[in-house]
Amino acid sequence: MVTLVLPRLVDVSAASRRSASVTERNVAALRSVYWLLLVSGFVEPLLYLLSIGVGVGALIGDLTLPSGAVVTYAAFVAPAMLASSAMTGALAETTFNFFGKMKYMKLYDGVIATPVQPFEIALGELAWAMLRGSAYSAAFLVVMVVMDLTTPVRALAAFPAAVLVGFAFGAVGMAISTFMRSWQDFDLMSSAQFVLFLFSGTFVPAEAYPAVLRWLVEVTPLYRAVHLIRALTVDTGGWSWTLDVLYLLAVLTAGLLIASRRMGRLLYK
Amino acid sequence: MTQLTRPALPRVPALRVLEYHLVGYRRTWRAGAFSSFLLPTLTVLGFGLGVGAYIDGGVGGVSYLQWIVGGLLASTALQVAIAESTWPVFGNLQWQKIYFGQRSSPLRVGDIVAGHLAFVLFRVLTAVIAFLLVTGVLGALRSPWAVLTVPVAALLALAVAAPTFAYAASVDSDSWLAMLFRFAVIPMTLFAGVFFPVESLPLGLRWLAYVTPLWHAVDLCRAAVLGVAPAWSVAGHLCYLAAWAAGGWLLARRVFARRLVV
Amino acid sequence: MNTGRPLIQARGLVKRFGDFTAVDGIDVEVSAGEAFGFLGPNGAGKSSTMRMVGCTSPPSGGKLRILGMDPVRDGPAIRARLGVCPQLDNLDPELTVRENLTTYARYFGIPRRVARARATELLDFVQLSDRADSKVEPLSGGMKRRLTIARALVNEPDIVLLDEPTTGLDPQARHLVWERLFRLKQQGVTLVLTTHYMDEAEQLCDRLVVMDGGRIVAEGSPRALIERHATREVVELRFAAESQEAFAGKLDALGERVEVLPDRILVYVPDGDATVAEVAALGLHPTNVLVRRSSLEDVFLHLTGRTLVD
Repeated sequence: MVTLVLPRLVDVSAASRRSASVTERNVAALRSVYWLLLVSGFVEPLLYLLSIGVGVGALIGDLTLPSGAVVTYAAFVAPAMLASSAMTGALAETTFNFFGKMKYMKLYDGVIATPVQPFEIALGELAWAMLRGSAYSAAFLVVMVVMDLTTPVRALAAFPAAVLVGFAFGAVGMAISTFMRSWQDFDLMSSAQFVLFLFSGTFVPAEAYPAVLRWLVEVTPLYRAVHLIRALTVDTGGWSWTLDVLYLLAVLTAGLLIASRRMGRLLYK
Repeated sequence: MTQLTRPALPRVPALRVLEYHLVGYRRTWRAGAFSSFLLPTLTVLGFGLGVGAYIDGGVGGVSYLQWIVGGLLASTALQVAIAESTWPVFGNLQWQKIYFGQRSSPLRVGDIVAGHLAFVLFRVLTAVIAFLLVTGVLGALRSPWAVLTVPVAALLALAVAAPTFAYAASVDSDSWLAMLFRFAVIPMTLFAGVFFPVESLPLGLRWLAYVTPLWHAVDLCRAAVLGVAPAWSVAGHLCYLAAWAAGGWLLARRVFARRLVV
Repeated sequence: MNTGRPLIQARGLVKRFGDFTAVDGIDVEVSAGEAFGFLGPNGAGKSSTMRMVGCTSPPSGGKLRILGMDPVRDGPAIRARLGVCPQLDNLDPELTVRENLTTYARYFGIPRRVARARATELLDFVQLSDRADSKVEPLSGGMKRRLTIARALVNEPDIVLLDEPTTGLDPQARHLVWERLFRLKQQGVTLVLTTHYMDEAEQLCDRLVVMDGGRIVAEGSPRALIERHATREVVELRFAAESQEAFAGKLDALGERVEVLPDRILVYVPDGDATVAEVAALGLHPTNVLVRRSSLEDVFLHLTGRTLVD
């Protein structure tokens, strides 16, 4: 991935070592309360699953997917909760925390005075966000298996997909952060995030929407992420999810390219 | 000609504090309006209409949209009230130190708390009224009794904002505020009868839901919007919420006094 | 260490921000073991120059070689051998004092064990051992500065860049920093620093350039600069009048040069006490008289017509 994105880079091992040192800093910064906050991060999607998936699900009964598969409402909602929590987790780390480190703590002004370069900072921060996000995803998949919403084999297949979703949103978040001017701008972002969360085929199939809205929804990254994970965990057959993988890979590459270029411009004044 | 006189102390000093917060709000209201008005509306659409379309029988004889609207109104009031009394309170103490500036004026601690609480109330009321207008236009309100949700929302706001003031003023890291959302606000929103009836919860959890102030407001608001009697006694609900508000107020004033009078 | 070739070599170096030219074609050479200073007021282009030397700001023009390498192409390799102490401390507020050093060492790829040993050593050097496990926030300004300096030394750099190392510190804290920097200098570390304090430049620099408006207006050792651009002594006179101007004309003949400042008159002379007697003989009665040695402040005043700190 590194060489693909940055062909100029010759010494991959030195670069990944430097990226790792940025990740390491975040591990060192883990303190009591923050730890608790971090570890408890996985309960949120679980609460949504229990409330909407099980609670509201009792009012709904079963759903028929476009492929013809009939699933419980909880099984329908669960993959969407996994995808959107991967999104939320990645964005929290790469927007809020990243922006704070760049703008307010001036952390990276110190880092760029060392051999570490802006794109290595970006990769290091992204790796950290993914470490965190992957742990949540794994925990949630275990819950899905325990609740009999998917099979262990499918859960294993869905894990790398969830990691990819996190990576893609993490890269986008980092790119967005480089354009942010103040904390106020983040209100807009979290509103946009909430809109995606509500309408990306998360709680009802996108097929239920009017045609125009449906097409709009289907090109958003969260919809693709939900579609991908739903296909792997509950749906039957079909290869349409490979398109989602390509889409997310493209988003990831674009996000990383924009982020490292913009960071270079912001930091190397 | 005229002599410069010492200005008289304001009759209700807390109003001066409210005025201060309103002036600040004039600059930032757009972002706030977006999240406290548009997002609840979208939730009504996404859940009431979207998910509701899959709930054939409705709930308790009414459509899911009509059923959920009262609960969403109460949960909007809760969200706004707590959002406005966590980071802003913590920030005024730890970052911008606004309270300390106010404290060095003739204002008393009670005035500072009351003035800021009044501002939280203002934010909740504007959000709730906007919510009522939109849902009214959508035809989701079945009864004119719906206007009674406004005072209920105000009481709920005080019931949760006052103790949150105390909490936000006593923690030493803003990570604790995120914890409040994760372990209190989100679970309350999801399980206190907003999205599905609490009766379908297992007994232990059901009692946990009854303990939350949100459930009492949800029951009242839902009844008002549907034009029916609430499941529990109205007076009981109101007293319970008032107890939270009063307890929270005493606690908040004590914590503030400890922080501000050194 | 290679003593033959200069460690830093700049020819016609330029830095522009849009229409504004911060550094306007400067030539600088720094050799190994030297303590080199950029002296100048705020906005003279010192910090921009330092950032270019630190390879975190690409030059807009001219030629720049650091340790014989190109700062744009070989940035990481050069930075691996630099220690940078920026003008504003950018320590990590989420880490302890010690962790600030160990994490920073990791950015240079220094093994953990070595990093820990190095941190202990450096904390001792900057006299912060007893605060090792404290957070950064409660440290005083002087302590933060010393920690930043320790951080700049974590990779045993060939060159240490210090951008206004003591600006904003109280006198006691400044002396402590100077003393530590002097120790480094004795150990043969190449120091490059910027300052707008003449006493700092005089204390620490073997050689310096005076910068004003993005250009170099003079270069040499502090002593050579004073000899070239000022007299041995200065008489400062203060008159109890609205304007000092009226008295200046009468003093012209007394010294090699007379500078009129808003609040006092400076007369540059070889022998101050003799001049004070001459002033009295002229029948002038200043409210305040001070005889002192010339300093770099006087050099700067002479070269630019302005004072360093305004």
